Amino acid sequence: MATKKMAIIATKGTLDMAYPPFILASTAAALGYDVQIFFTFYGLQLLRKDLSTVMISPLANPAMPMPIPMPVMVQMLPGMESMATMMMKQKLKKHGVASLQELRDLCLEADVKFVACQMTVDLFEFDKSEFIEQCEYGGAATFMGFAGDTDICLFI
Amino acid sequence: MNFDKELNARGLSCPLPIVKTKKALADMASNQVLKVISTDCGSVKDMAAFAEQTGNPLLSQEEVNGEYVFYMKKK
Repeated sequence: MATKKMAIIATKGTLDMAYPPFILASTAAALGYDVQIFFTFYGLQLLRKDLSTVMISPLANPAMPMPIPMPVMVQMLPGMESMATMMMKQKLKKHGVASLQELRDLCLEADVKFVACQMTVDLFEFDKSEFIEQCEYGGAATFMGFAGDTDICLFI
Repeated sequence: MNFDKELNARGLSCPLPIVKTKKALADMASNQVLKVISTDCGSVKDMAAFAEQTGNPLLSQEEVNGEYVFYMKKK
């Protein structure tokens, strides 16, 4: 049987939205899939060497469970984003959910291929030295080359 | 049941029990048995799905004192 393939487009750079691509990619790799993730727009933040800047914001995120009801005016205050991020990370740890760094390392170890969108790198004038070395750079056509032949293809 | 290797996946959440099972199996020989202990109730369905998709037979699964114990044979 031919190896199954999965392609993911990761477009979000917040802590909550960073999990699904890495969870699905590491799991698929464990199941024997050949996996590729294309990181574009804010998703590029997930390729930074330092993942500590990946945050979650309670603002405009009404589905996020809060320990106490919090008016939007309070959510806007300086430091709320850092506090929400710290609380979310504590919660993840308490429940035995891997850190982003750990999940990303598991993906790399399992040969998940990371492709960074060259156009976004140019658009936001990112410095490639801020990204991990295990990613390649390419565009939409590069993604299609792999995605066109996959069993599962997701946009996150 | 006899086993050749044990994986302690207590306290770990999805997808770690599966990913660590895959890594544990990688170092084992064909027909050896891996025992996995997990506390994640989601791993009950996930281990069965992993077994089915990878072809490594799940010999048994049981709940013991709130923990889930799996025996998987490497194909």
